[in-house]
Amino acid sequence: MKKFAVTYKPFGETALLIEWPSKIDEEILFDILSFQKEIESTLFEKIDETFNTYNSLAVFFNPEIISYEKLLESVKQLRKGEQIADPHSGNVWEIPVCYDPFFGIDLEAISKTKKIPIDELTELHLGNTYTVYFTGFLPGFLYLGGLSEKLFIPRKETLRSKILKGAVAIGGYQTGIYPQESPGGWNIIGNCPIPLFDASKNPPTRIHAGDKVKFVSISKEEYDLLKEKINSGDFVLNALSI
Amino acid sequence: MNSIEVLSTGFFSTFQDRGRRGYRKFGVPLSGVMDAYSAGLANMLLNNSEDAPVIEITLQGSTLKFNCSTLISITGADMSPMINGKAVDRNKVIVVKAGDQLSFGKLISGCRSYLAIKGGFECEKILESYSYYPGIADNNILKAGMSIKIREQRHQNEIHASVKIDEDHLASIQIEVQRGPEFKWLSTHQQKTLFENDFKVSAKNNRMGYQVEGPIMKIENGFDMLTAITIPGTVQLTPLGNPIVLMRDCQTTGGYPRILQLTEKGINRLAQKKTNDPIRFQLI
Repeated sequence: MKKFAVTYKPFGETALLIEWPSKIDEEILFDILSFQKEIESTLFEKIDETFNTYNSLAVFFNPEIISYEKLLESVKQLRKGEQIADPHSGNVWEIPVCYDPFFGIDLEAISKTKKIPIDELTELHLGNTYTVYFTGFLPGFLYLGGLSEKLFIPRKETLRSKILKGAVAIGGYQTGIYPQESPGGWNIIGNCPIPLFDASKNPPTRIHAGDKVKFVSISKEEYDLLKEKINSGDFVLNALSI
Repeated sequence: MNSIEVLSTGFFSTFQDRGRRGYRKFGVPLSGVMDAYSAGLANMLLNNSEDAPVIEITLQGSTLKFNCSTLISITGADMSPMINGKAVDRNKVIVVKAGDQLSFGKLISGCRSYLAIKGGFECEKILESYSYYPGIADNNILKAGMSIKIREQRHQNEIHASVKIDEDHLASIQIEVQRGPEFKWLSTHQQKTLFENDFKVSAKNNRMGYQVEGPIMKIENGFDMLTAITIPGTVQLTPLGNPIVLMRDCQTTGGYPRILQLTEKGINRLAQKKTNDPIRFQLI
């Protein structure tokens, strides 16, 4: 596994920010996740939590327990050593998406701009396996990498004030699912009936950074049936393992 | 069980504690009391646990009726608190009796008051926190007609805790900051501008963030930045050149350059500012 050069800086009074080269790259993600595992397993008694994005990892600490300088020294020391933690969870989640025009309200406009038939657009979206880089923006909002270049679409110039819960969308080079109703500027191509965030459960989400996501197309009828099953508590999302 | 009746809610009153820690990786905002200094004081006066939920009252006070005798404390903004129409002191333990009504009058200073009660309020704990956040802890907001339960308490002697108050906390316009991760993206001139001018709190201010108005500072080619980690107190610079100070309910990630980072003290002070109040960033 590739090990990148990193830089360290304080972030507020209670976090150490570790930064990788500024690009979206799976090799960078897995280096971050491996280092995160090493830090969590070695320093768990001294730190509060860790959190990663595309190219950074923040280590949150309580200055009454460990100083920034001491934490920095320990983390640097760890980085020097052999990094053995396996960052690959092996989880692949099959997420059902209904691309019916009832939900995919921007499909027609995208099809016109890109001069690609709607069927082909959804095939492209279904064809790839996506990597979960991190969760951010909203509780349970997954930042997914791996979108086909043919589907890169700029964000809409004006924000929609209301995007449905479960909306599957494309914004720039990213695709994602709105876990709750929210304003947003991404292009809506479908809807996922499965709740991706449930505050009454702990942990509230089961999909984590490093997992893989595959979309599976369902019809409007299947969507409604699945929704019923979910509402009656009769549905459990399971990960396939690779 | 002992309880309090909410006769009117005021502008925006929520239950808050020290926040939902440990859930960033799920995209869950930290939340928690906006002004942790004043809220901490309110619990300290009553010898409550630091983690006991308090009521955060914004701009305009609620009216509450007590159904039991108890002890309370009010800290933070001065909203002219009254018991049965008679003025009571802030930053002191107040004895209330069954049937007493707590109300508030004119906002004299600050923006957020904290009400604590001996033993603490009973409210829903979700993901290890009592803090209101829409979509996560929807019920932890005051509504007219609701009844708030109070945790059982033994009737001890009155507490005469006296606390020393930082007089500058509500009055000073100085907001303590450190350099943010992208501070160096600003030109030397912009860096100077940031510290040598007053900014004004815009009407866009809430628990998520405070947009402030002042000299416009645009970063040339600075907006191809990857989505990055944000925390309460992070000052982002928008493409239009205005700083936004993220507050306790802020999202866990953001896409704008993080030019400054408020200290905990800085966040607590800013939490007491309202629309049109001047502030000055003070580098420590």
